[in-house]
Amino acid sequence: MEQLNLGDSKGINRRRRSDQTLHMIFLACTSIGILVLMALIVTIVMDGVHRLSPELFTNFPSRIADKAGLKSPIVGTIYLLLLMAPLSFVLGVGAAIFLEEYAGRSRWVRLIQLNISTLAGVPSIIYGILGLAIFVRGMNLGRSLLSGVLTMTLLVLPIIIVAAQEALRAVPKNRRDASYALGATKWQTVSSAVLPSAIPGIMTGVILALSRAIGETAPLIMIGALTYVAFLPENLLDSFTVMPIQIFNWVSRPSEAFHELAASGIILLLIMLFIMNIAAVWIRNKYSKNI
Amino acid sequence: MNKTSPVAANTKSMTFRRSKTRISDKIIPILLGLCAMLSVFTTIGIVYTLLQESVIFFKEVPVWSFLTGTTWSPILPPKEFGVLPLLGGTLLITGIAIIFAVPIGLACAIYLNEYAPARVRGVVKPVLEVLAGVPTIVYGYFALETVTPFLQKIFPDMGIFNALSAGLVVGIMVLPMISSLSEDAMRAVPKSLRHGAYALGATRFEVALKIVLPAALSGVVSSFVLAFSRAIGETMIVTVAAGATPQLTLNPLESIQTMTSYIVQVSMGDVPRGTIEYGTIFAVGLTLFVITFLLNILAQWVARRFREEY
Repeated sequence: MEQLNLGDSKGINRRRRSDQTLHMIFLACTSIGILVLMALIVTIVMDGVHRLSPELFTNFPSRIADKAGLKSPIVGTIYLLLLMAPLSFVLGVGAAIFLEEYAGRSRWVRLIQLNISTLAGVPSIIYGILGLAIFVRGMNLGRSLLSGVLTMTLLVLPIIIVAAQEALRAVPKNRRDASYALGATKWQTVSSAVLPSAIPGIMTGVILALSRAIGETAPLIMIGALTYVAFLPENLLDSFTVMPIQIFNWVSRPSEAFHELAASGIILLLIMLFIMNIAAVWIRNKYSKNI
Repeated sequence: MNKTSPVAANTKSMTFRRSKTRISDKIIPILLGLCAMLSVFTTIGIVYTLLQESVIFFKEVPVWSFLTGTTWSPILPPKEFGVLPLLGGTLLITGIAIIFAVPIGLACAIYLNEYAPARVRGVVKPVLEVLAGVPTIVYGYFALETVTPFLQKIFPDMGIFNALSAGLVVGIMVLPMISSLSEDAMRAVPKSLRHGAYALGATRFEVALKIVLPAALSGVVSSFVLAFSRAIGETMIVTVAAGATPQLTLNPLESIQTMTSYIVQVSMGDVPRGTIEYGTIFAVGLTLFVITFLLNILAQWVARRFREEY
């Protein structure tokens, strides 16, 4: 470690001053983040709040700004969420249980672990390309809700697996020992002793991952979620659209009226994300004492 | 649970029992293992699809001219497929973002770790988490509708679509990543090191800069690399705010195109499979994937290799 030159007592005032100056600079830098968030929320609310109306929920997207609504995007986002949630929960928690409880520490397991953390860093648009090639073209699912659900599930899985692993790791070892001592088998221990105390942590992770997914635009553009859908998807193979894609479409139009619509769509999207985040934090706080 | 033997810590002793639990204990690990293997299949799938279509593309366009060509005009004849303008655009955006986000994110981490009272920390950390959770399309709107008009007051001849505004907003997007990962790394530095320096009469700034930062350097640098990789892969902000002009320029006031926004632009039109335009999606995607993959590996390597153990 570098030698600290602190013996110079004449410099103490200078050093204190520079400490205080830098304190102010650091504080200013930190407040930039807060100021930006405030600016972002204020501009979006000011641009979009007067476009918030019941028609936004009941009208389909339209070429005419005053008639345009978000009905099919809202429904599309909710369908996507409801279909993704169980699928990504089961697959993600399954993988996490395997890695934490069954797999041990072999080289293969370390490789899978490394692979998962690498996948978490892959840009979302690459998942879109994967979805386009495998689900839309390869499996011939077309530009459908199902393709979207499968693509987005692959996208959130690494996040969910990591969160679920952390939750499982936080369960004290003595719970497992107690269960084994009562004669339970491995799966009985995992399902009745470990999972119940890990579930709140897992749920928090899953909700946060899903809230990231419903804000994603790029992968769904890749698999061809349409921007003009004047009907509600009735089965898994229908085409669909989601809120971020409709917002993107409105932002890309030159007319100011559509930008206001985009802002109102963003308000709805942010409210939705906010509710999901509150739910995640609430679950974490409510059950965190039980372990 | 109630029918099995009470001495069953050793499950092998009960293998003679043909109970349901035995079957579930054989099948379930396999099912769970398949879930874990799905991540491996995903990686294989990504690499396979990118390579397979890229190989077709590179039969028509030599790899060398793809990597070194300085003109990207895939649709209008004369068609040219040099990826450098897209790469240059991506690096321009990323450069602006990193120049903006690294000092501020680091300052933020130092402030939260060394200076901030617990109450301020309790406010700032959640705010940064919210900032990290904002969808990128919202940032795109913010760049186009707020940041660009603001910048146009400073640079009056700047166009609506420009690299500067998009780059700054990408910087805002990666800021929480840098500050929170750096802060984690600094937090992991043992308290005794700090206390030792304070006991010698160091000021807080000296502790932060000469003790904590060097000790946490591996984590801090790896957060920079991760932020860099995230900025390269960022799509919607640049698609909305940076324009669609593939050109090699260092002028941040001009409109450019990044690799990601090119991929979005092509896939918005219904490109028929097997055409060369369809191939460009995968060739550019492969380039993007290789770069971000190497950066992510680099980040993990830096974090492990240069970690100071205490």
